[in-house]
Amino acid sequence: MSDRIIEFREALFEAMDEEMARDPNVFTLGEDVGRYGGVMKVTRGLQEKYGEMRSVDTPISEEGFTGLGVGAALAGLRPVVELMYIDFAALAMDAIVNQAAKMHYMFGGKARVPLVIRTHGGAGRNNAAQHSQSLEAWFAHVPGLITIMPSTPYDAKGLLKSAIRDDNPVIFIEDKILYNSKGPVPEGEYLIPIGKADIKRTGKDLTIVATSRMVLYAQNAAQKLAAEGIDVEVVDPRTLVPLDMDTINQSVKKTHRLLIVNEGNRTCGYAAELMARAYEEVFDYLDAPVVRLTSEDVPIPYSSLLENSATPNELKIIKAVREFFNR
Amino acid sequence: MEDFDKKCIEMFRKMWLIRAFEDQTRDLYMKDKVRGSTHVYIGEEAIAVGICAALNTDDYITSTHRGHGHCLAKGGDPNKMMAELLGKTSGYSQGKGGSMHIADLDLGILGANGIVGGGISLATGAAYACKYRQDGRVAVCFFGDGAINQGVFYESANMAALWKLPVIYVCERNQFQEFGYSQWYYADQDLTKRTDGFGFRGIEVDGNDVLAVYAAAQQVVEKARMGEGPSFIVANTYRIYGHTVGDPLTYRKPGEVDLWKDENHEPILRFKKYLMKEEILPESECAVIEKEARDTIARAVDFGLNSPEPTADTLLKDIYVEEQ
Repeated sequence: MSDRIIEFREALFEAMDEEMARDPNVFTLGEDVGRYGGVMKVTRGLQEKYGEMRSVDTPISEEGFTGLGVGAALAGLRPVVELMYIDFAALAMDAIVNQAAKMHYMFGGKARVPLVIRTHGGAGRNNAAQHSQSLEAWFAHVPGLITIMPSTPYDAKGLLKSAIRDDNPVIFIEDKILYNSKGPVPEGEYLIPIGKADIKRTGKDLTIVATSRMVLYAQNAAQKLAAEGIDVEVVDPRTLVPLDMDTINQSVKKTHRLLIVNEGNRTCGYAAELMARAYEEVFDYLDAPVVRLTSEDVPIPYSSLLENSATPNELKIIKAVREFFNR
Repeated sequence: MEDFDKKCIEMFRKMWLIRAFEDQTRDLYMKDKVRGSTHVYIGEEAIAVGICAALNTDDYITSTHRGHGHCLAKGGDPNKMMAELLGKTSGYSQGKGGSMHIADLDLGILGANGIVGGGISLATGAAYACKYRQDGRVAVCFFGDGAINQGVFYESANMAALWKLPVIYVCERNQFQEFGYSQWYYADQDLTKRTDGFGFRGIEVDGNDVLAVYAAAQQVVEKARMGEGPSFIVANTYRIYGHTVGDPLTYRKPGEVDLWKDENHEPILRFKKYLMKEEILPESECAVIEKEARDTIARAVDFGLNSPEPTADTLLKDIYVEEQ
């Protein structure tokens, strides 16, 4: 791995910058992405470099500009729409679900919608009920969409570049806590294939499948559990759809124990899907029931104490792992 | 023959093609060969034909759930359309789309749409692509007078005006939205004012007069190509049949429809009267055009009926683009 350490947001910026330089059909649009540089400062500098047609500040019209992105994609461009918070996707669901996701299939395989929707989700900043949700399951539920949730700067860059080059509509979900996180990212071009999980830590006693920010918590937990003699493997699917179940299955066949950590709500969440898949595919290898850690089925509350109680965290992961071993 | 006369004859031919297609569609629906929900464009042909007569092949359109007319007017293949309505592999979507999901990207037809107002932002996006590439193309967005109450119209019209996009919004005011009169739902009956806040007022045209529609379309298409931004046309017409084929029309005033079927209202009869009066076509030639259209569509029906059904192994194909 490279010596160069950069922030998650810089990695995303590099992906955008490189892809916009490479392909004149790539452009980005969304609220404050241009002049202001994006609410999370991912697109800062792109408007100066590529102009207002390619870094477009939109009105606060999520349904309209997301649909505009779908139409532009259908007409041959490669838009990257930024939805400021994933919660605002609720305003744009017709464009995403009824239009973008279905066009390739329902028009007989000829139409292509090479659209990326960049957005961010997750709790942890006291943003309360309408700015903290983890809605990945909404998108994973809809055939025709690719859903990506990177956990490291390296993955974020390589996966965003792949997403922009993909001819399918992609929901690219970042995490508000991760923008400042740092990690090694090599200079120059690389791509990470969509649909390939990554083993973030190898271990033999238990597998944690975690997504997005939860991967970091799982890694931290694993480090502490190692001191207790529990050797945890951490698998990051990176793309929720398509899902690399092979890598997860291989891990479970080795460790015989599976803990799933996903920030989405419990009921019908992505963790439920992972759990069901594990029972379908590797039931015979399990030494204990699969356990899932998710957010509670609750609107994310404002107060830090309540918010921390609502979502999974490092301590909850440690506790859940110990219970597998009756500790 | 003068160019104008040729254009008139071509438009007359297209109007008959649509009428013949829709007559067959109704018939096939009654026979349970066409299923699901099917919406016919009978009585509204002048709008699609008049607008598309002002477009080039590479211009874009977005259509609606009542979309057969738009597709044919833009050059869609009646064989592939009818086969799609019949759910066959030779259809535009190999039987996966049906009546409400026909697209032909090669002809700039960005799809019919099962969502009322669903095409409005898409057309605006296609227009953005035209401006982005500076390729001189335009995008036309057909939608109904029910869709005009969808919020996305105002979001889209604002962006189109803000960025001077080459898009033409065509509201087909057929007086009905689903199972009721549209006027029940307007705070103000003058729809042309709906875009006032964005700096472009709607142009009202007689949507049953194909030449009036064509003239308006030429004007606004030219404006769009010159980079002068969006336009809005309100084309007045009347939905002669129900929302779907099979709609019992219990909500419609008795006898009202008869007016719209006479030669002063019904768009094909009106145009025929004009063509004969101006000596562009004698009555006998008008009859030939109708017969040719009906024969073409009869062949499309045969083509569709004789095409194979899809096989189950195609079910999971084309959910995603596999070959990039």
